[in-house]
Amino acid sequence: MATIIIPTPLRKFTNNTARLNIQAKDVKGVVNELTFNFPDLKKHLLDEQGNIRSFVNVFVGDEDIRNLQQEQTPIKEETVISIVPAIAGGKA
Amino acid sequence: MLIIEQKSLDEMYRDALQSFPDECCGFFFGKEIGEERTVTNILTVNNSKEGDKKRRFEIAPKDYLNAEKFADENELQLLGVYHSHPNHPAVPSEHDRIAAQPFFSYVIISVKERMIADIRSWQLNDNLQFEEESIEKQSINQNK
Repeated sequence: MATIIIPTPLRKFTNNTARLNIQAKDVKGVVNELTFNFPDLKKHLLDEQGNIRSFVNVFVGDEDIRNLQQEQTPIKEETVISIVPAIAGGKA
Repeated sequence: MLIIEQKSLDEMYRDALQSFPDECCGFFFGKEIGEERTVTNILTVNNSKEGDKKRRFEIAPKDYLNAEKFADENELQLLGVYHSHPNHPAVPSEHDRIAAQPFFSYVIISVKERMIADIRSWQLNDNLQFEEESIEKQSINQNK
């Protein structure tokens, strides 16, 4: 099963678990499984259309899925997936 | 409540002043016990925003991953993010709110004419709106 690393700000929605093992064929499947098991994560990971929010980056290994096959990026047994919140802001 | 040790406060202020008139940004670490969060370590990071750094900041994903790693390796909690508002109050903008993450404390340092004017901290509530949290500045002597 692939390993998914949950970032600190989202761990309160995964019972303070930092690493989870999920069986899926692609990133979309991993996210679906994750939000099914931890429904409170949904509003922080997905937009109203059910797509990954623009303020959430998903890395497969060291690569952003935007540079791979987006949510269709395939997952293998040994794949490590990191959810990386985009940290941004400013006064205006 | 956010308790910030003096050396961490000094590091954040130094970053805010050195970056002026641009916005600075970074992470802070420590421990959360009950309702109290104590900040003991700071990690300054580059403002990677392409464009107007005087009113925007952005932290690169690799810097975020480094921050999580730093917390793991030092048995600390990644408690939040700080940034500065040059010539602007220490109040979050709508842009700050939209990009904000749950759980994190967001410390904003107001810098006016190269002087620290204010520091305030904010957290998202369950309705994804910012609520202010109080800050206690802790000198090293008080910590002993």
